[in-house]
Amino acid sequence: MLLKNTYNELIKILAKPRSYIGFIALTVLIGVILLAMKADGESFISFVTSSFEQTLSFNGLILNGNLIAFIILQMLIIHVPLLVALVTGDLVSGEAAMGTLRMMGTKPISRNSFLLSKFFAGAIYTFFLTVWLAFLSLIIGQYMFGTGDLIVLNSDGLVIIPENDIMWRYGLAFCLAYLSLLSIATMSICFSVFSDNSIGPIVSTMAVIILFTIIGSLDVPTFDHVQPFLITTHMASWRSLFEMPVPYDAIIYSILILVFHIVGFTALALWWFNKKDINT
Amino acid sequence: MSEVVVSVKNLKKSFKDFKALKDVSFSVYKNDVFGFLGPNGAGKSTSLRCMLSLIDSDDGQIEIFGKSLRKNRFDVLSNIGSIIEKPDFYKYLSAFKNLEIMARISGRQVSKSEIEDIIHFVGLKGREYSKFKTFSHGMKQRLGIAQALMHNPDLIILDEPTTGLDPQGIVDIRELILKLSKEQGKTVILSSHQLSEIEMIANRMVIINRGKSIIEGDVSELLNSSQMMVKFSCEEPERFCDVISNEFSNISEFNVTDSEIEFEINREDISEINAFMVHQKIKISGIEQKRKLEDYFIKMIQNED
Repeated sequence: MLLKNTYNELIKILAKPRSYIGFIALTVLIGVILLAMKADGESFISFVTSSFEQTLSFNGLILNGNLIAFIILQMLIIHVPLLVALVTGDLVSGEAAMGTLRMMGTKPISRNSFLLSKFFAGAIYTFFLTVWLAFLSLIIGQYMFGTGDLIVLNSDGLVIIPENDIMWRYGLAFCLAYLSLLSIATMSICFSVFSDNSIGPIVSTMAVIILFTIIGSLDVPTFDHVQPFLITTHMASWRSLFEMPVPYDAIIYSILILVFHIVGFTALALWWFNKKDINT
Repeated sequence: MSEVVVSVKNLKKSFKDFKALKDVSFSVYKNDVFGFLGPNGAGKSTSLRCMLSLIDSDDGQIEIFGKSLRKNRFDVLSNIGSIIEKPDFYKYLSAFKNLEIMARISGRQVSKSEIEDIIHFVGLKGREYSKFKTFSHGMKQRLGIAQALMHNPDLIILDEPTTGLDPQGIVDIRELILKLSKEQGKTVILSSHQLSEIEMIANRMVIINRGKSIIEGDVSELLNSSQMMVKFSCEEPERFCDVISNEFSNISEFNVTDSEIEFEINREDISEINAFMVHQKIKISGIEQKRKLEDYFIKMIQNED
């Protein structure tokens, strides 16, 4: 029954026009970035590298597909969750608002299976959105700008990663990005269970992301104890894969925090959904 | 007595401080078309929602097909088809896709040809690939009935299925319900706030009001009871009451308004009273009779208003 309803959920997601907004928005956003970089990327790069030119000499193709993918991922990782929430935040509350939750609730499917199938469908949707993000930023980026060594500027200075040492990092980076998006998807589905209108959970998810991002970026001692546990703090953990050496302990900690959020939100949603009266 | 299909005992449900169900009990037998009658807000939908596990009752027992709903939810719901309030489907999907989705989790194997058959049965042939959002209210209702029937359940629960339908649609739904009961041997629970509708199709009924079941039994027995409420119109109501009190000891309570006197009486006594008044030279200008249950139900609804 779980698999059958997951299939049902995928059919519903595919039939809803809003499911394509994320893909269209990513295509437009990344398309604009790629075109802008094609037109004016060299001056953008020289602005970054100019401060090092007195001590370093840069040779080869600096503005390449690998750097473009890094820039895009960095720019969009905070915004893509909003596109995910647009679909996942509506999965339960949208049905409550439409009245179909009442119809489905009378069918012989347990509430656990019903809700878990929504989580699985949301996870599959998020997966394809992440794959689309990877395809546009990395594959199209490499096609348009070629490949080469990746120069990354972080708090410790410049890190130069050889071309043959990059793809596995991107593979893991997109896996981490997927895990962060999955935690956002789970959070929005959880909010969706508590609501009977389709806009509330989407707006709530956006509000939480904005709030957590602000708390995470404020250098206030009061927030020091909170910051390590916020989803948004660990959404940037993919960047650690482009450090030398890779801080695996920090990455594993981020993975554990994200998984904890996924399990926590799922458990909370299941608990509430099982005791929820369907009155809509 | 035939097999009990649904047994509800002492059902209670509160929403915060509001007691929606205080004590609802009734039994539905195999092949019944069971009327679930009550004014708006009486607790009909809440009771039906409890029976379909949409909401959890605070107290009481629900047994369907001899099994506890709580312990056998899958088995019980696999054998029930229902429409609660209004049939809502995925508006961005076609009627056929909607039925496919419902069929997949109906608990029984439903083939595509069976879905086509049921679409034909409810008269939606030719519109099965139209999106739900393009359907009229009547077509939505028919699709709702299709999803309730497609997995061939033994018990069908319809919550006010004729609401909002045009006269022909109402007749069609009534005929369909009778057909399901008589030709296919289904048990049907039909909720309504219209006594006339229940009278036309149901063989048994329960009346609920303010969260309590008031009366349950055969529709014909309950509605054809010899107890009547009769309203006499005459020029001398006070004298009329005196004469009645002296001659008919079983009548003691009158409701007198202007030139009208209303009281409870056996059907066979009406002509006798009329003849007696003629003999007493009290001019009767009108006699209006209502069945006691009908009168009770109308008063119940008027109180709600």
